[in-house]
Amino acid sequence: MTAPAIELKTINKRFGPVWANRDINLRVMPGTVHGIVGENGAGKSTLMSILYGFYIADDGQTLVNGQELTIQNSQQAITAGIGMVHQHFMLVEPFTVLENVMLGMEGQGLLSRARGKARKALNDIASRYGLNIDPDAIVGDLPVGLQQRVEILKALYRGAKILILDEPTSVLTPQEAGQLFEILESLRSQGVTILLITHKLREIMAITNHVSVMRAGQMVAHRDTVKTNPEELAELMVGRKVLLTVDKEPARPGENRMTVDKIGYVDSRGVKCLKDISFSLRAGEILGVAGVTGNGQTELMKVLSGALSPTSGSVKLETRSGVQVLKVGEWPDAGQMRDYSIGHVPEDRLQQGVVKSFDASENAILGYHNKPEYGQPLLNPEKVVKATREMMDAYDVRPQLPSMKTANFSGGNQQKLVLAREMMKEPDILLIGQPTRGVDIGAIEFIHRNMIEARDKGAAVLLVSVELDEILSLSDRIIVMNDGAITGEVVASETNETELGVLMTSSADGDEPKLQKHGLQKEPEKEKEEVVV
Amino acid sequence: MSQLAAVESPRWVRIGLIPLLQLVLALAVSSLVVLMIGEDPIRAFKIMIQGAISTEFGGLSNTLYYTTNFIFTGLAVAVASHAGLFNIGGEGQAYVGGLAVAIVCLALDSTLNVWLIAPLVVVGCAAFGAFWGVIPGYLQAKRGSHIVVTTIMFNFIAMAFMSYALVVWISPLGGNSTDSRYWAADAVLPKWHEMASSFGMNASFSLLNPVLLLALACCVLVWVLIWRTRLGYAIRTVGSNPHAATYAGINANRIIIITMAISGALAGMMAVNEVYAAQGRLILNFTSGFGFMGIAVALMGRNHPFGIVLASLLFGALYQGGTELQFEISSISPQMVLVIQGLVVFFTGALDRLVREPVESLFQRRAIVAANASTGVAK
Amino acid sequence: MRTAFKLAAGIAMSAIAAVSQAQIKPSVIYDMGGKFDRSFNQASYTGAEAFKQETGINYTDFEITNEGQREQVMLRFAQRGFSPIVVAGFQQAPIVEKVARQFPKVHFVLIDSVVDLPNVRSVVFKEHEGSFLVGALAAMKSKTEAVGFIGGMDIPLIRKFGCGYEQGAKYIDKDTKVFANMTGATPSAWNDPTKGGELAKAQFDNGVDVIFAAAGGTGVGVYQAAVDADKYAIGVDSNQNYLHPGHMLTSMVKRVDLITKKAFEDEMNGTFTSGLQVVGLKEGDISWALDEHNKDLLSKEDIKRVNDIRDAIIAGDIKVHNWEDTQSCVY
Repeated sequence: MTAPAIELKTINKRFGPVWANRDINLRVMPGTVHGIVGENGAGKSTLMSILYGFYIADDGQTLVNGQELTIQNSQQAITAGIGMVHQHFMLVEPFTVLENVMLGMEGQGLLSRARGKARKALNDIASRYGLNIDPDAIVGDLPVGLQQRVEILKALYRGAKILILDEPTSVLTPQEAGQLFEILESLRSQGVTILLITHKLREIMAITNHVSVMRAGQMVAHRDTVKTNPEELAELMVGRKVLLTVDKEPARPGENRMTVDKIGYVDSRGVKCLKDISFSLRAGEILGVAGVTGNGQTELMKVLSGALSPTSGSVKLETRSGVQVLKVGEWPDAGQMRDYSIGHVPEDRLQQGVVKSFDASENAILGYHNKPEYGQPLLNPEKVVKATREMMDAYDVRPQLPSMKTANFSGGNQQKLVLAREMMKEPDILLIGQPTRGVDIGAIEFIHRNMIEARDKGAAVLLVSVELDEILSLSDRIIVMNDGAITGEVVASETNETELGVLMTSSADGDEPKLQKHGLQKEPEKEKEEVVV
Repeated sequence: MSQLAAVESPRWVRIGLIPLLQLVLALAVSSLVVLMIGEDPIRAFKIMIQGAISTEFGGLSNTLYYTTNFIFTGLAVAVASHAGLFNIGGEGQAYVGGLAVAIVCLALDSTLNVWLIAPLVVVGCAAFGAFWGVIPGYLQAKRGSHIVVTTIMFNFIAMAFMSYALVVWISPLGGNSTDSRYWAADAVLPKWHEMASSFGMNASFSLLNPVLLLALACCVLVWVLIWRTRLGYAIRTVGSNPHAATYAGINANRIIIITMAISGALAGMMAVNEVYAAQGRLILNFTSGFGFMGIAVALMGRNHPFGIVLASLLFGALYQGGTELQFEISSISPQMVLVIQGLVVFFTGALDRLVREPVESLFQRRAIVAANASTGVAK
Repeated sequence: MRTAFKLAAGIAMSAIAAVSQAQIKPSVIYDMGGKFDRSFNQASYTGAEAFKQETGINYTDFEITNEGQREQVMLRFAQRGFSPIVVAGFQQAPIVEKVARQFPKVHFVLIDSVVDLPNVRSVVFKEHEGSFLVGALAAMKSKTEAVGFIGGMDIPLIRKFGCGYEQGAKYIDKDTKVFANMTGATPSAWNDPTKGGELAKAQFDNGVDVIFAAAGGTGVGVYQAAVDADKYAIGVDSNQNYLHPGHMLTSMVKRVDLITKKAFEDEMNGTFTSGLQVVGLKEGDISWALDEHNKDLLSKEDIKRVNDIRDAIIAGDIKVHNWEDTQSCVY
């Protein structure tokens, strides 16, 4: 029997009183895809960071290909043949693919000579693993899927035989994810060992040979993938039975709450982010908005929540605070929108939904801070803390410490706090973006249940999510967006992922689907335009 | 990492021990400098400390006089930085505040008494300083001109403008002097030593005056503003996360302008101390860099009013102690004193992490060991 | 630690002892700019040093760095019995007035400004006399019959310089053209060498070949422009001939050092007098600088002629109009 590619023995890592990793044992056999699943904060990232030399374990042994190593920094990890593809890419966007791959490995002497050598090596690797890419393309211009490919190439160029991928599909379209898995297959067949960290059980089932489950800093189980199933894995992760499907009654839609009429938005650079968006949202239903990230969903949410004024169109609101017709030029801000009984769970929690440096209690009133119930004329910390406690109680935010800094809560608990803040006011309209992004499986179940509950109480819910599973299981109706326009509307119970996938890449006027026009980040988009000019 | 941050070192370490160690380090390096010019560092520091806290020569009260200036300019920087704005225009805002004192006093000091004129002066300084802060604030909010650049430029504009105003309008000697006349004695707040002597106590001369109380009141008000008002909440939201501010319906541009008005007003009030009460006349360049020192004060005081009071006391003591040092040891030049002051700023501000990180991690490690012991986990 | 304290205490004691042994305790307070400003403050420093060299009597000095120190420091000097306290610069006048009132037994010497108190000696200079002298020299050396004057800030004192200079130039040849410019109307005009250089260039372009700069730090730019254009410049306040030998025709010197030294000496000899002293060529406190840096530029005749004019002014044969008397340069 060959030695494992990676073997970890009783790894321990503590941060203060917190056991990030406790008595971790792991064997990863060469030439396999090994999945590691676990909730947020289960210790997956810490473990990988130890393996990649970002952290040093308090004790325990690390063996790579049978040899014991102490990996003190990422350079040593690279030397040992370990490569890592981070969730957030570490690429220099204005550089070409080749330059990015070479970065840090230029060697000495003339850059041009190094470049020639690198180009050859890159071509070799690309053809061997089927990772085709134009070495002279500017990385910032590439779609996310290809950027990720550059990251993989980078690792392979540095001689990686063991590849760690941290939540690789979180930024990809279903199609791109499919391509990634093909690449992983090909790498595996060439003898590369792959460690796949993910929280998507479907992916584990689809590609891994073995899977290890982490919970609360410990390894709770190792399974051969063929001998397990998602339900078992979910239960192992959470420590109790988890319902992966959402139980819900059929919707009983009521009156119109929001009628969106030909909303358009052209940004300051002249890009049409929203093109004549029209739909209506009724009480007691969940309307899902499907689409690849960056196709106008973000702008739509911002417009409807008052963070952005559209450049054309109008919206009619019919809520408990009366009928409002919102027109271009007199668009309300987010504060007024809340007065019109609109709750908003933002897509990007850390960017919009909370202020990380604030106490939890301060974030619990964000957007509602002008309400007199939090004290008059000064803010009354006692009242704020009391309200926060109620939210934490109702939405099971842990730890229940209103005075703890928000950044110190896990992602799931931050999200639950935001949901509590927005949903406990029971607004007539709920705008919910990526409700379960970076949230533990246990919390996902809870969040989904609460959304259904809000719907059943008569709220009109608009749900934006990149997780098609989520859209499919929660929504009553689904609209699909691509390139700023609605490309189709379907009834959730009568559709499937394939149909949505087609709609997500087709264009509103029947043209050929274009490859992701809007980047995830704003910056590369800008450079793209300059290059085109 | 979040886990690490969750274990904060004790409060007394963060706000007591670490600044103290930084100070000690700064003084240690300073003593090398003192040694280099052939003086005895222990004697030098003794003179500095005694000079700053002795009541015999008015050392303590002069320290408090400097402290007053630093509190105003430190608060100005702190308030702006809570909104994510780096206001380095305190110098200019204070300078323009001086103009308000001159206008009020030159026009009214013969007709009004101190009880009427003092509030006018305070309001005037705040208003002029606010005006000088609002313009860069407006340019930042509406035109995207970076506040650092504009406030620096406004310092220069204030300097040029005030020179002109002093020479052309204010100075009684038409150019052969760059000062205004003295304000009428009964229109000016009495200084501490004057008040003490009227109570039959004997206090040495110093420039300390009741404006210190105004400065302390401003500290309380700033604390309330930042942590208890909705405006302060909005200011902090804008400063920490502008996207969240938009999300919460907070108009960031409006907040930026308001914050700069408050910041400018605080800086402007430095002139109440310096021009109205301490000097009793408007002097060319009276700000003497106090506006810039406000940055160091706010940095060291961690933008908290209480911290700013402590930092102001320290810097006041450094200024007063430095004067004494220069006075007592003639081989120590003002530049030397500046070096010592600079080293303190360097170690407490710019090199903050040099001391902070090792000390905090030491205490975190201790906390971990303690946790280990209490949970009984064998290594 | 303890021994170190003892040592420190010992040093302190001996320092105090050294001071108290001296008969008098003279002192100087420099204005902002510091004692090595190559001008006024440095001149007082030079005078105090000269006194120390000659008599062995130590003096104490202090460099003001912020407004808050002025009154405090002057008071402390007075309290500690320093006398005389020599103070240079008109900025200090209001403080001298305050402190001198409180300490009638302490002697103060105020240079360049007037405070009328029985224990204050105020010294002001007849700058117009010196300016006349260098104006005459400028006209003598000018081949183009055009000379220039560049003032710092536009204030009466500088007008006084300019007016004296003009009179001197016209005294040599009444057809001499005198170009005069002020650098600015605010104190920044004292330290704007760039603008000084520009003004000088403009004057040279207009045919001027000698420029007298009475403009503080701005003068540096004027002198440099003279070097660049291969023309002459005249320095001010202290002897600045050494800055650009061959291009500095001379300097009009205000002997602040002599005033300081004299004050110390008077105190030592018990002959201190208060009141206003207006000093000029006659007292030797205003002069023109002749040294190894400029002697090659001047012929024996030139030197003699300038000295003759000086003697004539001292004798009263030449009357130099003081701008301040009439607030105008009509004579």
